[in-house]
Amino acid sequence: MALLEIENLTVEFATAGGAFRAVDRLSISLDAGDVLAIVGESGSGKSVAMLAMMGLLPWTATVTADRLKFDGRDLLSLTARQRRQVVGKDIAMIFQEPMSSLNPCFTVGFQLGEALRVHLGMSRAECKARSIELLDLVGIPAPEKRLGAFPHQLSGGMSQRVMIAMAISCNPKLLVADEPTTALDVTIQAQILDLLLNLQRETDMALVLITHDMGVVAETAQRVSVQYAGQKVEEQPVVELFSEPHHPYTAALLAALPERATSRTLPSIPGVVPGQFDRPDGCLFSPRCAHATEQCRTQSPSRAPAGLGLAFCHYPLIKGVPQNHPGKAASA
Amino acid sequence: MFQFLLRRIGLIIPTFIGVTIAAFAFIRVLPGDPVLLMAGERGVTPERHAALMKQFGFDRPIWEQYFDYFFSALQGDLGNSLVTKKPVWDEFFTLFPATLELSICAIIFAVFIGVPAGIYAATRRGSWPDQAIMGTALVGYSMPIFWWGLLLIILFSGTLGWTPVSGRISLLYFFKPVTGFMLIDSLLSGQKGAFSSAVSHLILPTIVLGTIPLAVVARQTRSAMLEVLSEDYVRTARAKGMSPARVVGVHALRNAMIPVITTIGLQVGVLLAGAILTETIFSWPGIGKWMVDSIFRRDYPSVQGGLLMIAVIVMMVNLIVDLLYGLVNPRIRHVR
Repeated sequence: MALLEIENLTVEFATAGGAFRAVDRLSISLDAGDVLAIVGESGSGKSVAMLAMMGLLPWTATVTADRLKFDGRDLLSLTARQRRQVVGKDIAMIFQEPMSSLNPCFTVGFQLGEALRVHLGMSRAECKARSIELLDLVGIPAPEKRLGAFPHQLSGGMSQRVMIAMAISCNPKLLVADEPTTALDVTIQAQILDLLLNLQRETDMALVLITHDMGVVAETAQRVSVQYAGQKVEEQPVVELFSEPHHPYTAALLAALPERATSRTLPSIPGVVPGQFDRPDGCLFSPRCAHATEQCRTQSPSRAPAGLGLAFCHYPLIKGVPQNHPGKAASA
Repeated sequence: MFQFLLRRIGLIIPTFIGVTIAAFAFIRVLPGDPVLLMAGERGVTPERHAALMKQFGFDRPIWEQYFDYFFSALQGDLGNSLVTKKPVWDEFFTLFPATLELSICAIIFAVFIGVPAGIYAATRRGSWPDQAIMGTALVGYSMPIFWWGLLLIILFSGTLGWTPVSGRISLLYFFKPVTGFMLIDSLLSGQKGAFSSAVSHLILPTIVLGTIPLAVVARQTRSAMLEVLSEDYVRTARAKGMSPARVVGVHALRNAMIPVITTIGLQVGVLLAGAILTETIFSWPGIGKWMVDSIFRRDYPSVQGGLLMIAVIVMMVNLIVDLLYGLVNPRIRHVR
């Protein structure tokens, strides 16, 4: 049985200009010990989907799903209190901005010990011992001294280590890392990723890594889900995804990697992710797609089989060539 | 921290000098003089008037009078009241506990209702309770103190007869002041019913004096809370599975209180100004009423001394608030 099953998750925000669909029929399945990367540009609804799963969205969001199960429990039917016993204990999350994600008014020790006390009912002494152990585990030197430190006394990398220590404090089964390295400088990024993967291997927790950095994906993930404008456009194991992308968006993302550049100028994807008011009919990627046809602009695509990476495209790519494409067929 | 303290004290000196000038000039700008007012309707001959003015020293050049006042004030000598002939310093501190007691009760009233009301409104932003609370706060803030006081007296003392109209305690009780605080003294006296009488006398003035600070505190708490609730660390707390009560009451509140504490400090000045009106309405024997009486009698030393003391107290309270700040905000505490 899968650890996390999400089927057709849809998130809509009520805004002054009407409902905005940030996540559109998203399905994700995850087993214990899996490492899944969710990639996509800013505004693709990656974080929103995970926040929705954890129940952390503001009240303006409407979350619907055919199925939202974690560890055999239906998250949608849990009461708020029951859900809080899962969130923070079995599902933990770390965020993009470690400096602002820690509360400036409380010490590291307090913030670390809080979850231990609330979820595991530990005594003060147990909390302290476990907190020191956790800080040691995430590679913070002199952990007993750091317990009394306030967040503003920590560097960005240190703060993220504290966040990770907090997240793993109750031995979660699933850790969601929402762009955990974006705000850190490059040398620290690698350290934090190594730390996350080591912890993941040692504890066999599942890891969802939200990122827009393909380099990070290649180094860490087993499986990759590519998201665009709230929809999953492709999902493949990492090696296959890099060697044979089936969705034009994935192909374009990969082509934009500096390592893959063949000309002096780096290829980029023209345009931006559609927002609330410029959402196209048909395929959402069609305005920016090199292969778009009239059909793409008018009809929503159907999902390709698993062999084609579940690509959400009318003309999924094989070896870079769109299949059944009218333009290509004519020239062939 | 030490440097911060020095800089703050450095700021106090020019403020202090400014206040002495303002206090000295203000009462002399008013038409009339103490001799004329003491003489009353009977009047006084010009010769006698000049002699009395000379006796009080008011015939000397104005700057000489000012420096005399300034340097005595520096030595803690505020002169003697022209009316009672007693030292202004003694008069002030005999009456001050009454004002202090009222002010403390008013600020407690404002904080203990304003902060929860602000939090409640912030967590239900846009709902009708939010709008009701903020609307009421705006009305409270705009309500002139004398008018609000009279309305409450008419309703609670007049129509309903629940509370006494004026004074600090019923005339049936008499005991020597020990601390100057009626609530404590009435308990110490051991007289039956004295404490409840003191409490009932305190209720309306507390509400009247506390209304404006209450409104300000509620609005400030709401806006600070709204800002804090959208911070990343609040999301972190929720992601840790903390209950809404704990997220708001612990994680958000501590951060939201930082600007609120400054506001409360600033309200102390408003409170002492409000005390003048409130004490006059309720015949509360504190420094507010004493100041008003002194102004009407053109009791120059009392007005000068009283204003100066009030200003010094406000400055001290704000200094203390700035120091308290560090207790709540670790980012300030650790700046070296």
